[in-house]
Amino acid sequence: MDEKQVIASRVALELKPGNLVNLGIGIPSMVSEYVNKDQEITFQAENGIIGLGPYLTEDTLTVNASGLKASIAEGGAFIDSLTSFSLIRGGHIDVTVLGALEVDEDGSIASWIIPGKKVPGMGGAMDLVMGSKKVIIAMTHSNRGKAKIVKKCSLPLTAFKQANLIVTEMCVIEVCEEGLHLREVHPEFSVEDVIHATDAELIINEVLPMKGI
Amino acid sequence: MHKRIDKEKFISLIKDGMTLMVGGFLTNGTPETLIDWTLESSKSNLTIICNDGGYPDKGVGKLIQAGRVSKLIASHIGTNPTAGELMQSNQMEVILVPQGTLAEQIRAGGAGLGGILTETGKGTVVELNKKLIEVKGITYLLEEPLKADIALIGGAITDKYGNLRYVATTRNFNPIMALAATTVVAEVYEIKDFLDPEIIITPHPLVDYIVVGENHG
Repeated sequence: MDEKQVIASRVALELKPGNLVNLGIGIPSMVSEYVNKDQEITFQAENGIIGLGPYLTEDTLTVNASGLKASIAEGGAFIDSLTSFSLIRGGHIDVTVLGALEVDEDGSIASWIIPGKKVPGMGGAMDLVMGSKKVIIAMTHSNRGKAKIVKKCSLPLTAFKQANLIVTEMCVIEVCEEGLHLREVHPEFSVEDVIHATDAELIINEVLPMKGI
Repeated sequence: MHKRIDKEKFISLIKDGMTLMVGGFLTNGTPETLIDWTLESSKSNLTIICNDGGYPDKGVGKLIQAGRVSKLIASHIGTNPTAGELMQSNQMEVILVPQGTLAEQIRAGGAGLGGILTETGKGTVVELNKKLIEVKGITYLLEEPLKADIALIGGAITDKYGNLRYVATTRNFNPIMALAATTVVAEVYEIKDFLDPEIIITPHPLVDYIVVGENHG
């Protein structure tokens, strides 16, 4: 498995049967590939699908939240943006998985803008991280050697103190009131490797090998 | 079908400086024919309220590309590099709004509400210059209602009365925008003799004009 597959497959283990889940673009969107059908997990696309099916190449008016042609799963429903974001803001989404540019010791997330360089906009990310029961950050551990798990985000925030779990190709970190707990490390790396690649302070008690590897 | 209008009539509805709501999500459900006709109207200084900036050659992106838009209110402009460039060079004002907040602001405009209270954006730049209101111990941002002079609705199938249902994911922002504008024009794929009342999403009194689409994107 490459690093993206490691991250996506590990995130998939966090999803519980019956969960309603939103997957962001990039690595998060790969999580559905590692979910077993019998788990009855329903994926939401915020543009208006409850029960997102696989990608399609044929002509269709059904698209996912990246604007790509998609399908609706059996038992699925089309909804408008207001209903979609009522589900998101009203606490009906069990898990949201998204990428990030930075996450910090408070669990604050920066994911939507690099001032002066890239201004794509927040889309639905601010609503998703604020309203979902559990927020999982799925991202590579660093960006060209630069740490992404930092003491304090330097980029504009997507949300203040909303991340619950960080999954990278190196490790799994739980965000708690007292700080970032290193929970699991990929067998190819040592705890020291993780500390070295992380700017934030990590709390290290019992560290297990990364599940599913 | 008395609500059906042609290009000439549609163009007469568009004025300089108008605020337009345009349905669609990354152009899925955007009325492309109405965008083309708005381009042909030569009207400019438009304010556009849309989920996103579309693509340079599709959706509201075509109006942005042609320099007709002075202000864009959207949640995302990442698929239209021109929108980003015009924003950075101050040639177009861009107000980025969290998508759920945008939907609720439009709803508030259409439902006669004075605004909505939300936690989305707390502790971020979205909070800047916003009024904070505490309710039952939780602090919320006050987001004000949005309204438009005209709403361009897409993705629809109508009947002879102007009732609308939407196809697949084209629904997105369309039904909420149909409530929030003074004039509502819906571009449809087809006019059917009958629509089942149980599947109608936008009831006919909200729809002023119908255009049968020529450009399906």
